[in-house]
Parts: sequence; structure tokens; C-alpha cells
Amino acid sequence: MADVVIELKGLTKIYGTQPAVDHLDLEIKRGEVFGLLGPNGAGKTTTILMILGLVEPTEGEVKVLGINSTREPLKVKKWVGYLPEDVGFYEDMTGLENLKLTAALNGMEEKEAVKAAEELLEKVGLGEAKDKKVGAYSRGMRQRLGLADALIKKPQIVILDEPTLGLDPEGMKEFLELIKNLSREGGMTVLLSSHHLHQVQEICDRVGIFVKGKLIAKGTVSELAKELFSTELYTFEVAVNPMEDDLISKLMSVEGVKKVEKEEKAFIVHAEKDVSAEVAKTVVKEGYNLVRLMPKSYGLDDIYHRYFEGVQ
Amino acid sequence: MRHSLRVLIKKEIADHIHSWRFNILLALIFLTALASIYTAGMAIRDAVSKADTPLGDLYLFLKVFTVSDGRLPSFITFVGFLAPLLGIGMAFDAINGEINRRTLVRLIAQPIYRDDVILSKWIAALLVITVFFLALGFFVMGLAILFFGIPPTFEEVMRIIVFLLATALYVGVWLSLGILFSIYFRQPATSLLASIAVWLFFALFYDMIVNILVPIDTEGPAQIVFRQMQIHQYLLRISPTTLYQEVVTTLLSPNVRSLGPLTVAQVVGAIPTPLSFDQSLLLIWPQIAGLVALSVFLFAISFTLFMRQDIRH
Ligand SMILES: Nc1ncnc2c1ncn2[C@@H]1O[C@H](COP(=O)(O)OP(=O)(O)O)[C@@H](O)[C@H]1O
Ligand SMILES: [Mg+2]
Repeated sequence: MADVVIELKGLTKIYGTQPAVDHLDLEIKRGEVFGLLGPNGAGKTTTILMILGLVEPTEGEVKVLGINSTREPLKVKKWVGYLPEDVGFYEDMTGLENLKLTAALNGMEEKEAVKAAEELLEKVGLGEAKDKKVGAYSRGMRQRLGLADALIKKPQIVILDEPTLGLDPEGMKEFLELIKNLSREGGMTVLLSSHHLHQVQEICDRVGIFVKGKLIAKGTVSELAKELFSTELYTFEVAVNPMEDDLISKLMSVEGVKKVEKEEKAFIVHAEKDVSAEVAKTVVKEGYNLVRLMPKSYGLDDIYHRYFEGVQ
Repeated sequence: MRHSLRVLIKKEIADHIHSWRFNILLALIFLTALASIYTAGMAIRDAVSKADTPLGDLYLFLKVFTVSDGRLPSFITFVGFLAPLLGIGMAFDAINGEINRRTLVRLIAQPIYRDDVILSKWIAALLVITVFFLALGFFVMGLAILFFGIPPTFEEVMRIIVFLLATALYVGVWLSLGILFSIYFRQPATSLLASIAVWLFFALFYDMIVNILVPIDTEGPAQIVFRQMQIHQYLLRISPTTLYQEVVTTLLSPNVRSLGPLTVAQVVGAIPTPLSFDQSLLLIWPQIAGLVALSVFLFAISFTLFMRQDIRH
């Protein structure tokens, strides 16, 4: 059964007069990986802190596993692992000691804590470094220790705030892979926030696009693409030689073509139906060389930009 | 005690014991204390060999803490001066340090009460300080036994223990102040400076200011002088430093019979004997209560600020 583990209803946080989060409604189901995407200052961190009961909402309600986070934060924090944005550790303690402290605060016995901590450190690839002081850890190692720290309480839900920030592309890929595997193996629900689209789109079951405190779209990546670009289902990239503006009016006269845009290396043709054959014919007939003609597919990046255009 | 509070206290104690800062402060106090004890011991031995009073009446062991040979300040002067520094040094970055190192948010994302975080800082520091002062006091007593060749009386031991506990309490006031500033100020450097400013104010300037505000006109009629002296003293007693000094004087100098001005009527007929331990305790009770109240008051403000503070900055 796909039961809801995080439920936000009309969630609002106002700082001064400025809403950081504005009447947010969202449901996250058990076992899914949900990506909260949005630019800096969109209100992602504020939303996460309200889910954890660390910031009080101005209005609205947060329920995690059916428990109200604002009223009973302790119960919620028992089941939710959290990797904060820009995580910090006690630098003169080892990685293992830091994890043991978190485990102890979650009421784990010493023996159990050591066992769990060592297993997790192995899993995130810090088995070798577990007895090194965190002061000597690299950024990537800290981030992996942070993930282990979020997981040591054996949570049902993990919340990762900008988990890929500051990692190099290779490290980022590895880290996301790690998250994906952990969610698959443990059946954990994952909520992650990011302003990087490319990387997270691969591991998210669903994403929500968050701009200026408002969730302006949510769904799977392909659902979002369909919803957003349904009016212009057929789009082609046409590269010709030479790239001359004269061709635009010629292409516009092809039946079914709605709009032609000129980009640096190609024309973008928006159409109501499949016009590839006619477009090719027109290009050749007008005496241009056809370098490339291909249908364009939409990724998260396009979606994201499209939404930004709409908002700004 | 709550499990999480115990865990945090343990962590804080380990932090202090392993920190350079704490060990340097301890070494500073230990060495100055030792130097003053040594000179005091020498001075006392000289004095005793010339006197003919029975040793027991002299409160030899108390004198070790209070006597100065004129070259080096006494133990209580040193400790009275450095104790606030110890309290401030242990607490000035208690909370802002954790915020800046980004460990606070990770801490309170665990299923613990927020108050446990500051409570553990206060309790742990006070525990460490109490143990340190008791150890220092007993060490000094041990040295004195070797030096004089006689054991302290039971009363002396009790007076010294209460003195040491009162010193820890006095440090506790400054701890509370340090914690409060560590919450109020974002930068540890700012909270350190602010704490030191308050310390210097009470240590150096407060008496002066009171003297200027309420000058005592010694030429005037007795009643007015008496009244002035009383106001003077009330004002001085706002300062934790005054309260602590009064406690120390009463405990370690049993011959001091009163902490306030006395009228002639009160003095006439009084027999100049030392106060008993019970009487001394009775006399310092309000001062102790004052110090406790001050710590609790400062802590309560910290508490309110901390509970309302946004965890992100
Ligand atoms: N403590 C605070 N006081 C005032 N404004 C804040 C505070 N915290 C966050 N904000 C504002 O709320 C908005 C959302 O911030 P945040 O949730 O951190 O965004 P994100 O995590 O998406 O980058 C920002 O405009 C930020 O300036
Ligand atoms: Mg953020």
C-alpha cells in the first residue's frame, strides 16, 4: 500500500513580511525518492526544518507518519534522519565517535551503536577512515559521514538538504548512487532538496519544482514534461548551412508549423504535427544544406527553465 | 536524569578535559595558587615561631588561603580574580561555537529536548569546576599538613570545603553569563569581549563608581554616615564579586564578626571571640542565596533566548 508518510497542508512560513514558504501542499508516499528542486532562497531548507519540527510554521500543518511535527517534534525526530545543508561535526572526535554520539542521543546502547556505526561507515566507504579525526576529512568524506549520521537511528524517512553541494562530479554521482541503493535496500522514503537538476533527476521517482515558496509543479519527470509541453508536442532542432534568417519565413509557411526560433547553431521548429519530412524538403528546395534534423526531447533542465520563465 | 541529558553532559565533560583552553586556565590557576600558598606558608611559619598563642586558635590552615607576604597576593585574591575568567573561558562560545561549526542543528535534529543542550553545558562545566576546586583545596591542605606538621581541625576542613564550593558557585555565575552571551552574540569573539568587559567592570570599576555615587561623608553626623554606609553596601552587593568576597571573608577569617557597619550599641559589650562555623554559615546565607539567584536568573534568560532562537543564521 502506498501510504503517505509526509503530509503538508497549507504550510506557510513568513519571515518579517516575506513568505519563505507559501501555502505548500504536498504528500510523499512510503518508499519513494522525492526531489524538492528549486533555486537558492526558494524555501527548501525552511520547508525541511518545518517537517522536522525545528522551525514553527506561521500557518498550516505538517504531519510525518501521522504525527504533528510542530506539536510532537521528538516523536518525529525519532523516525526521521536528517543531513543538513553544509553539515558540521565535532572536529576533534573521530568519525566513529561522532556517529556513536548521535546513536547515544537516540537511545542506543554502546555495543549496538558501535556495531551499527561500523556497518554504516563501511557502507558509505569510510571504513578505513573511521578512527581518523573528522578535522582531517575531506568535503566528500564529511558528506558521506553525514549520510551515515542520518541513517544511524534506523529512520523510516531520510531528509537530505542539498546533499550534492560542494562535491565534484564524480563524487556527486557516487553519492547519489549510494542514496539510491540505500533507499532500495531499506525501503526508506527519501526527501532530497537540490538546485542541481541533472544529477538528481536520475534518482528521483518524483520531483516538485519549488520557486519563491510555492510548489509550481510536481510529478514524475516525464509527467512534468508532458504537462508543460503538451501544447507543442512536436519540436525539432534543424541545423542548416548557412544559418540565415531568410529561412525562418520559409519554414513558417510549412503547414503545421507554429513557431520558429533561431538559436546559435540551429533553428527550433515548434509544430502541431510531425513536419520533419516537409521541413527537410523545404530546406533543400531553398538551396541550403541540411546538417541535422532531429526531434527534441525535454529533460528536467528544460522543464525547470520553462517554469522560471513563467514565474519571472 | 534524562538519558539524552546524561549523554550530552558526558560529551561536554570530555570536551573540556581535552580542550587546550580549559587546561591552560587550570594550569594558570594552579600555578598562581601554588606560588601564593608557598609564600603564605613561609610568612605564617615565621609569625608562628614568634607568637605564644596555642596553635589551634590561630586557624593556621585558613591563613594559608588568606595571608599574603606582601610580595605576592594571597590565594583568595588570586582565585577571586581568576575564577570569573575560568567561567567565562569555558562558556563564551558554548552555543555560538556550535552554531558556527554547524553541529547544533545536527544535535537538535535528534530526539532530544532543546533545553538539554544548554543545561548540559552548564552542568558539565560546573561539575568540572567543582571537582577542580575541591582537588586544588585538598592538595593545598595536604601541602600545609606537610609544612606545619599538624592536621587541620574539623572546623577548618569544613570551612575550607564550603569556601571551595562557594568558589565553584561564583564561577557558576560567570558561566551563566558566558552562556547567555554565547547565545546573544553571533561571534564568539564578541561574546568573549562582552563577558570580559562585565568582569572588568565588577572587578575594577564597580567599587569606584559606588564610591562616587554615594560618597561617605565621614565628618557628618553619625546617623547620616551610618545610613550612607548602608546604602553603599546595598549597592556593592549587587555585584557578584562583593557577594563572593563577603562569603570568603566570613568563612576564612572567623574573627570578622559582621559584614555591615555596626553601631556603637552593637559593639559595646560584644566579646571579641571568633564566630563559630554555624554562625558563619548563618551570616553568609543571604550572600550564597544571592549568588544562586544571580546564576539562575542569568540562566533563565539564556533559556528563553535559546528556546526562541532560530537555529539557522
Ligand atoms: N531566519 C531567517 N530570517 C529571515 N529570513 C529567513 C530566515 N531563514 C531564511 N530566510 C529567508 O527565507 C527564504 C528561503 O530560504 P531557504 O529556505 O533557506 O531557501 P533554500 O533552502 O531553498 O535556498 C530566503 O529568502 C531567506 O532569505
Ligand atoms: Mg537551503
